[in-house]
Order: sequence, then structure tokens, then C-alpha cells
Amino acid sequence: MSNDGAVLAYTLRLADNTLILAQRMVELVAAEPELEEELANANFALDYIGQARMLYSYAGDLEGKGRSEDEFAFMRDEHEFANLLLVEQPNGHFGDALVRQFLFDAFYVHQLEALCRCSDTRLREFAARAVKEVRYHLRHCSQWLVRLGDGTQLSHDRVQRSLDDAWRYTGEMFASDDTDRAVQDCIDVPDLEAIRPLWRRDVEAVIGRATLTVPADDWMASGGKQGRHSEYLGYLLAEMQYLQRSFPGASW
Amino acid sequence: MTSDEWPLYEVFIRSKSGLSHRHAGSIHAPDDQMALDHARDTYTRRSEGVSLWVVRSDQIIASDPAENAAFFEPAEDKIYRHPTFYDIPDGVENL
Repeated sequence: MSNDGAVLAYTLRLADNTLILAQRMVELVAAEPELEEELANANFALDYIGQARMLYSYAGDLEGKGRSEDEFAFMRDEHEFANLLLVEQPNGHFGDALVRQFLFDAFYVHQLEALCRCSDTRLREFAARAVKEVRYHLRHCSQWLVRLGDGTQLSHDRVQRSLDDAWRYTGEMFASDDTDRAVQDCIDVPDLEAIRPLWRRDVEAVIGRATLTVPADDWMASGGKQGRHSEYLGYLLAEMQYLQRSFPGASW
Repeated sequence: MTSDEWPLYEVFIRSKSGLSHRHAGSIHAPDDQMALDHARDTYTRRSEGVSLWVVRSDQIIASDPAENAAFFEPAEDKIYRHPTFYDIPDGVENL
């Protein structure tokens, strides 16, 4: 893989993670249990969409074929999306959606912090901006996890199940492939293995405060980064892409 | 908690360094720390502030509107308490 090709593929992975997670959160708009949480969720979704736009725009420049942000987001098929399986998982209940974002943000914040020191100017500028947003998302999710875990017996049991169910999607975050190794060499992006202990430390600390149990590292699902997705992504894309597929180039 | 409703908090924002915190509105939150998060997400989305205070509404001691006459009206006819009996020299712009 050429260096430019690897940076492009890596940028699309970052972009797809944020776009797909944002789409899941947008599904919750007008469905949150409290007004204040509704606003927080919508704010966070918009943060991620903003991040996705910066990254798709950069991907278009890297590719050099004139593809726009919209074409990356709305005109690619399921197998061309390279997001982690974790972020495409359905919302479930409040605790499920919360745990999904918590586990992802705890990883993403370290990925961004390391990207702030990489040798690619555009990614560095992107990360410097995004990391502030994600630090706050992580703070907010952590607060909720502690309250649900250390709340009532019912909330504790339900969020522990959310954690157990989502855990199988965390191994993929640290599984390096050719693209990860190529960008590690050419633009000095983080070694995923180096992020794993940081993620583990942060996640364990919050899970401990929440009086929850860290699930065992059993079988881990993978394939999202290579375009092999769970059955859920197709439905998500069908809804997200419907308008642009039916009316290509539509805008308002 | 005795009620299913989250308690109400009042939100105060300092819009920039050197200014006082001003009342911005109120929010519901399950506890103090979450109140700070909710205040941030509800009231500072458009760069409204550099500092936030939240306080539980039931912790504020408020004057009773029924006592307004005794509380506030005695001050109304004491115009000598206002610094309006000075001649302001020409050329003083800000006083």
C-alpha cells in the first residue's frame, strides 16, 4: 500500500467512526428521557458530524478525484465503510447507548491525543480541535456510567449487561492491520497497542467507581475496519443515505 | 430521592473574565455534578461563558413578594440616597 493510500484509508476509518456513531445518536434525538440529556446528546452528535466533515473533506483532497464530503458519506456502500463494529451497534436502552459511547470515547480520546503529535499537518489540526470535544463527551459518559452502576440494583444490573454485551467489540480497536502499520511508519500515528493499556486504565477506573465488573476478554468481534460489518450497518446506511440516493446532489 | 422528578438548579454564567456571574436560567439534574454538565450543554453552546455556577433552586432564600411593600417601597421616596444632587463638570464623560 502506498503511503498516500494508507493515510487516505486511515482518515476514512476515523471519519466513518464519527459519522456512524453520530447517526446512531441522531436516531435518539427527540427520544431521550430528559430534556437536558436530549440537548447533550444532540450536541455530541453534532460534534461528531463536524469531525466527520473535516475528515471527509481531507479524504477528498488526499484522493484527488474531487469526491465531496457528501459523496463519501452518502454514496458509498456498506463494505466501503471502515468504522469499528462498536459504533454501528443499535442504541438499545439508555445504558446501552451510553456504554457504547463511553467505550469508544475512552479509546478515541487517546487516539486523538496521539494524533496531535503525528507528522500529518491536517490530521494534527483536526485532532487538536476534536480532542477537546471528545474529552468532554468522555467526562459526561463517565459521570452517567458511575450513576447508573452505583445507582439502584436495577440500573446496576442493566448497565452491567450493557457493558458485557458491548465488550466483545472493544478488541477491534487495538487490532492493527496493514493500514495501521503503514500510517504508523509514514506519519507517525499512534501504535494501537500502546493505546490499549491507557484505555484499559481509564475504563477500569470508571467501571470501578461505578461498582461494576470489568468483563472478561473472551472472544472479540472484528472486521469493521476492513469493511465486514454486522447486520446492523446496512439498515443504518439505508436510512441515512436514502435522500441522497433518491435525489443525488439534493441540498437545501 | 423521594420524587421521580430531578431537582431544579439555577444556572449562573460569567460571560468573560472580570464580569459577574449572571442568572441564565434553570435546568433539572439528578445531582450537583450532573447539574454542571447540563448547564454547560444547555446554556454555553454558543460560547456564552467562561465560568459556570449552579445552585439548587431550593437552596436559594428568596424574598416574599407579599412583603414587597415593607421590603422595597420605603426606599422609593428617599431620593437623597441617589447621587443626583451633584453638578457634573463639563468634560466628564463617564460618571
